[in-house]
Amino acid sequence: MSLLVVDGLGITFGGLKAVDDVSFAVAPGEIVSVIGPNGAGKTTLFNMISGIYRPGRGRVSLNGTDVTETPPHKLAEMGLSRTFQNLQIFQDMTVLDNVLAGYHLTERGSIWADLLALGSMRRRADKAREGARGLLARVRLDKAAEQMAGNLSYGALKRLEIARALALGPKILLLDEPAAGCNAVESEEIDRLIAELAAAGIAILLVEHDMKMVMRISNHIVVLDHGEKIAEGDPATVSRDPQVIAAYLGTENAEGAHADG
Amino acid sequence: MDALLQFIFSGVTVGAVYALVALGFTIIYNASDVVNFAQGEFVMLGGMITVFAFEAGMPLPLAAVLAVLATAAIGVALNKLAIEPARGAPVVTLIIITIGASILIRGAAQLVFDKQLHRFPAFSGDDPIRILGATILPQSLWVIVGALVVFVGLWLFFTRTLTGKAVLATANNRVAAQLVGINTAWVMTLSFGLSAAIGALAGVLVTPITLVSYDVGVALALKGFAAAMLGGMGNPKGALAGGLLLGLLEALTAGYLSSQYKDAVAFIVILGVLFAMPQGLFGKSATERV
Repeated sequence: MSLLVVDGLGITFGGLKAVDDVSFAVAPGEIVSVIGPNGAGKTTLFNMISGIYRPGRGRVSLNGTDVTETPPHKLAEMGLSRTFQNLQIFQDMTVLDNVLAGYHLTERGSIWADLLALGSMRRRADKAREGARGLLARVRLDKAAEQMAGNLSYGALKRLEIARALALGPKILLLDEPAAGCNAVESEEIDRLIAELAAAGIAILLVEHDMKMVMRISNHIVVLDHGEKIAEGDPATVSRDPQVIAAYLGTENAEGAHADG
Repeated sequence: MDALLQFIFSGVTVGAVYALVALGFTIIYNASDVVNFAQGEFVMLGGMITVFAFEAGMPLPLAAVLAVLATAAIGVALNKLAIEPARGAPVVTLIIITIGASILIRGAAQLVFDKQLHRFPAFSGDDPIRILGATILPQSLWVIVGALVVFVGLWLFFTRTLTGKAVLATANNRVAAQLVGINTAWVMTLSFGLSAAIGALAGVLVTPITLVSYDVGVALALKGFAAAMLGGMGNPKGALAGGLLLGLLEALTAGYLSSQYKDAVAFIVILGVLFAMPQGLFGKSATERV
């Protein structure tokens, strides 16, 4: 059964149909990529699925429950977590604290237990700390744990955001350009990390400009252009689709439409 | 020497009130980066509501609890009706909204209550306690203990509890806070409610000493703001230290210089802090972190 179902989703900004009638589904352990030229509506689609924007039309359901217009903090509770293209990090916290914040939901107990520093609360905090360090090791940031997040490089922050999203124990992870701004080595590491997560049963929805990476790791690809879905299928099918080639390379001008975003 | 001790006693009493106002500033600032200039009005409401409930025949403790709860509700309403609809607006806009709210609350208080000065009896009588040749009112002790209790409570709340940390996370990055499952709308409601309740508590404690009328909030908000700036905005420790220090400076100025210059102290402190150390006494670490 599909974990995430997007059905006829659309939104209009002013007169512009930023996303129009987009449908697809993601199953547990599956890696689905959303691709398309800049301005195709990929991030807007993400923002609707993750509750940041209110879709004008259509439905999103998670595990069979309608979650259209559910606020982000509720979605986090329900197992949907995401990262942002333009990073959303707690800059004034340490790297470790950023990930610990991701344990907010599982760590939650009585405020009185917290205030009195009861044993149960301390055990829970220790467990979260241990888990957070584990996640940091997984994204190779364990050595930077005590540093202020604001001091990290862009590529490191990207990985930190993934670690924080994982701290929530998500069933589905939305990654908005996780490899953007990363060098080849880092990009390959993120690539491997995503494959590992999917193998562990987490559904992955990915927006990415690195076509090599998309073609290599995706099970299924959804192609958007001007807010509409123009193709869908496995990497081999999509890469041969004439409409996709036209959207990317242009029919009348030879200029590649996918400049760095 | 006796005179000095006397000035210190009155300075600490007034300072404790400033500290409570500054702590109110701290909470809302921590959750939203907004400096809530209606904070002084919360103090006024605490005093006024207690006075009128008491005069209507309610026992004093009950009247005080009612005042704190009612003011907290007004704080929550302020957030729901004025701040939340403007979410996404720049912080300066939100601050100006709070100034508008303070004028509105003051005007409404003038209509609902009246323009007279009021007081209710001190909790533990009016007989001054003699210490080393100086005297202190029992009510002053209530104020000082009240400020300390609130400070310790807030300190534990922000450093030890997950809810307190959620407030700090919301201030740091609202989107990221939502991502990790923090209900940021609720955090804002909580902050305004808590902040208003603390303001009201200050009003309840201090009214037997300084009396209350509809317009006491303006001066208190400015003094509390000066205290919070002096201590370092957003830091509970700074709020307490800033409040006490400002109270002492005022009392010493009034005692040794002239009581006419008493109110000028707060403004000189604001200017001094802004010129010399905009981070305040306890704000240092924030600069290193950025």
